[in-house]
Amino acid sequence: MSQAIDKIKAAFDAVKASASNDAVASGGAIAHGAVDLNKSLLEVLTKAYGGATTSYEIWYRWQDRVILDQIPRNSYVLDLGCGDGQLLGRLIKEMGVTGQAVEVDPAAAMAAMDMGVPVLNIDLSEVLGDFSDQSFDYVILESTIQTLKDPIGVLAQMLRVGKKSIVSFPNFGHWRIRFDLSIGGRMPISPSLPYQWYDTPNIRVLTLTDFMDWCRANQVKVNAAYGLSGGNISPITEQDNLVTEEAIFFLEKIC
Amino acid sequence: MSIDGEPLKEMHPPDHPQSVGWTTAKKAALFTEKLFELDSGGKIGPVEMEYETYGELSHNKDNVILVCHALTGDAHAAGWDPDPQGPLRQYRRNKPGWWDSMIGPGKAIDTDRFYVVCVNVLGSCYGTTGPSSINPATSRPWGMSFPVVTVGDWARQQVELLDLLGVTSLKAVVGGSMGGQMALEMALAYPDRVEGAIILSAGHRVTTQGLAFNAVGRHSIIHDANFNNGNYYDSRRPLAGLAVARMMAQITYLSEESMGFKFGRRLRGKQSPDFTLTGIEFEMESYLNHQAESFVKRYDPNSYLYLTRAMDYYDAAEQWGQGDLRVTASKIKARTIVVSFTSDWLFPPELCRELVSAMCYARRPVTYVNIPSKYGHDAFLVETEAVMRLIKSFLKND
Repeated sequence: MSQAIDKIKAAFDAVKASASNDAVASGGAIAHGAVDLNKSLLEVLTKAYGGATTSYEIWYRWQDRVILDQIPRNSYVLDLGCGDGQLLGRLIKEMGVTGQAVEVDPAAAMAAMDMGVPVLNIDLSEVLGDFSDQSFDYVILESTIQTLKDPIGVLAQMLRVGKKSIVSFPNFGHWRIRFDLSIGGRMPISPSLPYQWYDTPNIRVLTLTDFMDWCRANQVKVNAAYGLSGGNISPITEQDNLVTEEAIFFLEKIC
Repeated sequence: MSIDGEPLKEMHPPDHPQSVGWTTAKKAALFTEKLFELDSGGKIGPVEMEYETYGELSHNKDNVILVCHALTGDAHAAGWDPDPQGPLRQYRRNKPGWWDSMIGPGKAIDTDRFYVVCVNVLGSCYGTTGPSSINPATSRPWGMSFPVVTVGDWARQQVELLDLLGVTSLKAVVGGSMGGQMALEMALAYPDRVEGAIILSAGHRVTTQGLAFNAVGRHSIIHDANFNNGNYYDSRRPLAGLAVARMMAQITYLSEESMGFKFGRRLRGKQSPDFTLTGIEFEMESYLNHQAESFVKRYDPNSYLYLTRAMDYYDAAEQWGQGDLRVTASKIKARTIVVSFTSDWLFPPELCRELVSAMCYARRPVTYVNIPSKYGHDAFLVETEAVMRLIKSFLKND
């Protein structure tokens, strides 16, 4: 049995390697020069954060890095589920951004306040209706959509209140997750999904392809998309579903 | 925790390094040449103002925090009054100022950093001109001839004093309940002077229920046999009426949960009832009685009428947005934090949220926290730890 698993694993690795090369090859299609694709993620992060070491921090902060590169100075930004406020705090301090955050967890909201972030300590689904149409330049939903009861309702509100939206999530289409479930027969556990089936907050898991399908069907334009794969950040397309561990999308509603 | 379950308020004696120490009330005579024109159309002058300050005013006069007191509060926010003057102030003996837990060296409102100013409001009975003051025209107490005052008048009053002190900008205005209404009004009326607003347990208006409670309080004072249309200063005061007003108000400051926890249905010092209609049977009754007794010794019934009326009239949506709170909210420039408490039914979380929602709509960044608490409206004074933490964080990032 274990031999069979090794064989399948090797086959997956081969698929992963070839798909990964494709992704790098097609990288120029949605190129954004600010993200240095040749440097390893760890190098980039070590430079940017003075040595973030835990997998959680790396996983979380590569997206911050991409967002910090993409948001123009002095924008008006809404960060939904801001956590400890690291990202918006930096956007406010370094980029002159005017920020509003929403964070339901009291301890995290307190940490965000300490970062100088104006934060509404309310469930985001209760507060989005308060904002007026197109009132933000960017609305950010980082690694949260898979935890929402009504993700589509929140996405619709985001596209209403923001001129542009940024959405990121762990990709359940990644080969290792498929492997864990199909061969291992257990719900996958990984650095970006460090939960058991009974305590996971991820109740609406999705894949890259699922998300892109939804965008297409709902007149939502993907201006850019990046993925984390094997420690590297690169622009991604739908072909990268198998190799992308986490994905971040820059969206806009087509009017 | 104290025996009744409330967190013990840590009292810092005057020689404690975190106490502002002994304090002296300051006095200023304002509107000496030009009369103070009030919202009600009334005019008054000169106005004597009592205020206290803690900390050092910076060279550029840019480190000022204005603290606004609540309905029955005074300018004595922190430290110890060495010699309380007059019968109404005797309650201060052996007690620090009403927000001593928050104000002092190294405390949430850090007097090593900030110059803290607290002013007694017009119409009150603690040193600023009010109905119990002598009207210079008649040499008798104003009584009901004192003009009706509003929260807006108080904002102008405080700015008049700040002008006298040469203070043109405020790092923050902070207050709870009626003081929170004041903080909001300051942010609206003086957007270019107020950099931060900390609004605790307060909203842009009182609720309809709030209006009703205030009406009952005033009714009981006005219909006290001793009221005499407010001219009671030479004879017996309408203290029975004031006692009822306080007892009822006290109920609105607590919650069923906190009352149940503190008193429940326990009998007062006995195992079985005495079957009396007029005596004290329950702990709850005893508590209210005690509250009323100590309150009537320290408050002027006329001031109670004037200040509750000012709270009633306050409606920031009407005043600044022709009824539209979103228009009002768009006028706020200050960094703002609104704090409500889950069990507060006098200024309930839903009401505080209205202001926050309006600010969201008007693209004003705002911080809002609804603190889980069982202490009702009193929570803003009782939940010291949580409030301290929030204020500290807010002021850290000014």
